[in-house]
Amino acid sequence: MFDPYVLRKDFPMYVNQVKMQGKPLVFLDNASTTFKPYSVEKAVMRYYETETSNSHRGDYDLCYNMDQEVLNTRKKLAKFINASPEEIVFTSGATSSLNLVAFGYGVKHLKAGDEILLTQAEHASNVLPWFKVSEMTGAKIGYIPLDEEGKLTVENLKKALTPATKIVAVAHVTNVLAHIAPIKEIAKIVHEHGALLVVDGAQSVPHVPTDVKDLDCDFLAFSGHKMLGPTGTGVLYGKYDLLCQTDPFMTGGGMNAKFDMCGDVGYLAPPMKFEAGTQNLEGIIGLGEAVDYLMNVGMDQVEAHDEMLKRYCVEELEKTGMADIYNPTSKGAIVTFNIKGVFAQDAATFLNSRGIACRSGNHCAKILIDYLHVGATVRASFYLYNTKEDIDALVDAVRHGKEFLDAYF
Amino acid sequence: MPTFELTPQIMREIIMDHYSNPRHKGVPTGEGYKKVHTDSVNCIDDFDVYVKEEGGKIVDARWEGVACTISTASTDILCDRVIGMDASEAHNLVEQFMAMIEEKPYDGEVLDEALAFKNTGKQAARIHCATMGWTALDELIGGKKSND
Repeated sequence: MFDPYVLRKDFPMYVNQVKMQGKPLVFLDNASTTFKPYSVEKAVMRYYETETSNSHRGDYDLCYNMDQEVLNTRKKLAKFINASPEEIVFTSGATSSLNLVAFGYGVKHLKAGDEILLTQAEHASNVLPWFKVSEMTGAKIGYIPLDEEGKLTVENLKKALTPATKIVAVAHVTNVLAHIAPIKEIAKIVHEHGALLVVDGAQSVPHVPTDVKDLDCDFLAFSGHKMLGPTGTGVLYGKYDLLCQTDPFMTGGGMNAKFDMCGDVGYLAPPMKFEAGTQNLEGIIGLGEAVDYLMNVGMDQVEAHDEMLKRYCVEELEKTGMADIYNPTSKGAIVTFNIKGVFAQDAATFLNSRGIACRSGNHCAKILIDYLHVGATVRASFYLYNTKEDIDALVDAVRHGKEFLDAYF
Repeated sequence: MPTFELTPQIMREIIMDHYSNPRHKGVPTGEGYKKVHTDSVNCIDDFDVYVKEEGGKIVDARWEGVACTISTASTDILCDRVIGMDASEAHNLVEQFMAMIEEKPYDGEVLDEALAFKNTGKQAARIHCATMGWTALDELIGGKKSND
């Protein structure tokens, strides 16, 4: 197992001893975004300092090299999730990836009477695009009921599927409760019903080993910035034949093979047909470095570390008798809780006053509120550079939660 | 001068008192109220502010919705303060409160219990919570912009 204190030497946010409210920063908001290692930062700077050029069809060396770098990163991403490079579409993040599937595939292939199945635990980015698809095509939205712990189960999926179901869109790891869905079994059942499985991997790809061939999902969306990469980067994985049946969400330069004045257009093959315009080149190169970093540490190690922190946090919070924990049994690197008698937003402000970064609110999963029967929660989320001492700081704050107005005095 | 000594302990007590026992929370039952909705993109606060004016005076002010300690207490204290004021007095009250939050010169006397929010700037993310009810009311009485 790696030592998170050793890893911290790779992260400028730790090396620079960043403080918040005059206290050493305890960053527990990794489900929102993550710190970047020096290698990512250097890669981004390398683009600006020695490698600036556009990709696509350059006749000079800098440009050729840039094409190669983008291709290399595509190969790295493919290896990271066990896909083929031509199945890796660069996007600006999971939101953009999910919108591409919804508008590029959903709007094109769905019709009135078809059904899209979601769950109540989905992030807004895996709900609102489907609402749009429903509005545009007349397809219905249905929800797979969650079990009493908030999990998506195969049994409930079977009950919810109908002959009308054409798309099932679910998170691999949900962003509030952090249950890990049995995607492989889900994919099998969804396919037996003749439907497609779209997976929101924003909270899973950064934290658990991902093998799209083994999972057999049809599309997988994830963000770069939640896995040590630059903001504004992300990936849509799609099975190649499905990408061929997907329309581009944007058209323009860099994605067409030819077009004439009569409006006859030939698009490039996937993934290029989805990458109109100049891409976020420095971001893509940085994302490649982030993947190298994670593969070097080992995703199985990252997963084990996350699980250890999750268990420790739940145990220690329970000992205080001061916290209501909403997901004690889930395996993902998220603890969602409230300090007894303290409104979530007040709790998060109090944590801020102690240098602890957590998030309060409904975490972009507004429809989950109906399930949790609580207006808002505090969410602590972990990653490879977090330590037991970070959790001790959180737990100590929770113990003093009744003094939350100290934040102002 | 405010009617109390401004110690951190008293400021805390004022905030907790209005949070635990808001005097003006709840949808008004009578007629003649104007209403405006206010919410926040970066936090959970989401509520309505109601005002009733008669003969050029604010005769009642209320609010209802979901709100954190800071927005609950600050909006409730605002309602306390504005009842009995005319629109220009109420607008001045809001301006003094905003000046205090922005750490500019202000008239403490008119603010009274609202002085408890003097330190809100220490938690920058909560400035909006402290002020949103005030901005909403100012809009209702035609201070900031017309509501119709």
